[in-house]
Amino acid sequence: MEIKILAFGAVADVLSSGQMELDNLISTDELRAYFEKNYPTLKSLSYAIAINKKIVLGNVNFNNGDEVALLPPFSGG
Amino acid sequence: MINSERYSRQILLPQVGTHGQEKLLSSKVLVIGSGGLGCPALQYLAAAGVGTIGICDFDNIELSNLHRQILFSTNDIGKPKAQIAKAKLQQLNPEINVIAHHLKLNNTNAIDLISDYDIVIDGTDNFETRYMINDACVLLKKPLVHGAVLKWQGQVAVFNVRMTEQNYSTNYRDLFPQPPDENAILSCNEAGVMGVLPGIIGLLQATETIKFIIGFGNLLTNQILTYNLLNHQQQIFVLDPNPNAHAHAPQSREEFEKFNYKSFCKIMTEAEKITPQKFATYLQDNSITIIDVRELNEEPAINNFIHTHIPLSTISTDISSLSYTGTVITFCNHGRRGQQAANILSKHFPEATFVNLEGGIMAWLKLEEQQA
Repeated sequence: MEIKILAFGAVADVLSSGQMELDNLISTDELRAYFEKNYPTLKSLSYAIAINKKIVLGNVNFNNGDEVALLPPFSGG
Repeated sequence: MINSERYSRQILLPQVGTHGQEKLLSSKVLVIGSGGLGCPALQYLAAAGVGTIGICDFDNIELSNLHRQILFSTNDIGKPKAQIAKAKLQQLNPEINVIAHHLKLNNTNAIDLISDYDIVIDGTDNFETRYMINDACVLLKKPLVHGAVLKWQGQVAVFNVRMTEQNYSTNYRDLFPQPPDENAILSCNEAGVMGVLPGIIGLLQATETIKFIIGFGNLLTNQILTYNLLNHQQQIFVLDPNPNAHAHAPQSREEFEKFNYKSFCKIMTEAEKITPQKFATYLQDNSITIIDVRELNEEPAINNFIHTHIPLSTISTDISSLSYTGTVITFCNHGRRGQQAANILSKHFPEATFVNLEGGIMAWLKLEEQQA
């Protein structure tokens, strides 16, 4: 199963990319765990997760080809 | 009586007309923060004929603001933003009422300030104030136009719009129930921002505000728009209510006034210090509370002034039985433990002001000795 990641703001900075493709991750919980293991800085960032343009709550399973957006809050003004 | 020439080009739009213009003229908009987002929003709201515009900002104009805060000029540096913004807007449109609130928004003034307006634009630059404004708007049932920027990207949303009799659209806490660790997040001051970005986002906030007032078009309610300056990609994400997000939000004005936004946003504040000289003058003041935070029976014993004794080692366990208001001075022998105690107490009792005796009681005793 493949998903497309769209990262914003500080999350994109930590991942060094606004876009990437990942496979073998089945759910949002797995995705968070995968990122925190491979990019420990993400632990101190909070971010909302959207699947196909809809922000999801709790743990949600992915479908093949899902577009998964990671949206951290911005504070600047 | 509407000066129809001033607004003629927008009155021509059938969705606006004189009826829409009258709505604008009778509306009251509060813009909190007249910085990168606030300046462009303010200019267009004033030009469009929003009848009452409040500007809340406590800051003074700095040279590094001018690349994005386009209401201000080089010769305004050092002057208060709220007053200068008001003067510029009144020049642009003398037919509207512009009110400068030169103050720092906090839990005790937010409710009264926001109560006087119909809709709020958040143009602030930190999470602490953003959560505070959101919670105040939710309590007061006021719509909030959110905008935020970082580097090349921005976010816009309209929160807390009345949808049915009892139901309001989602708000900042539905989107981000937990603030990030502010210390781990860069602000524009540290990360940088291209001046045109808050210009674009601030204008989107003004757009949503005007649409809300006139009542046409689709607002960004239950949605968040992201904008990327580098490729002009815009995305709209749909937001559902998050039932768990509001458990920790203040539910009443009383709870709001007691809510510690600094600790909620994990901002560790360093309590103030006072010099032994200043401490000596404070000793004349009976309203001051003084706490010895050294361990029990620690030398030298202090009998020179009235104080209570709460060792630093037990402060956290005793905290629920304590209560403070006014000014409270902590001391230890050399100042380090007094500082820790003042920091901990400040976090728990935001109503009181905690200060630490710099250099501890030893520094004060030395001063007394010199003066004897």
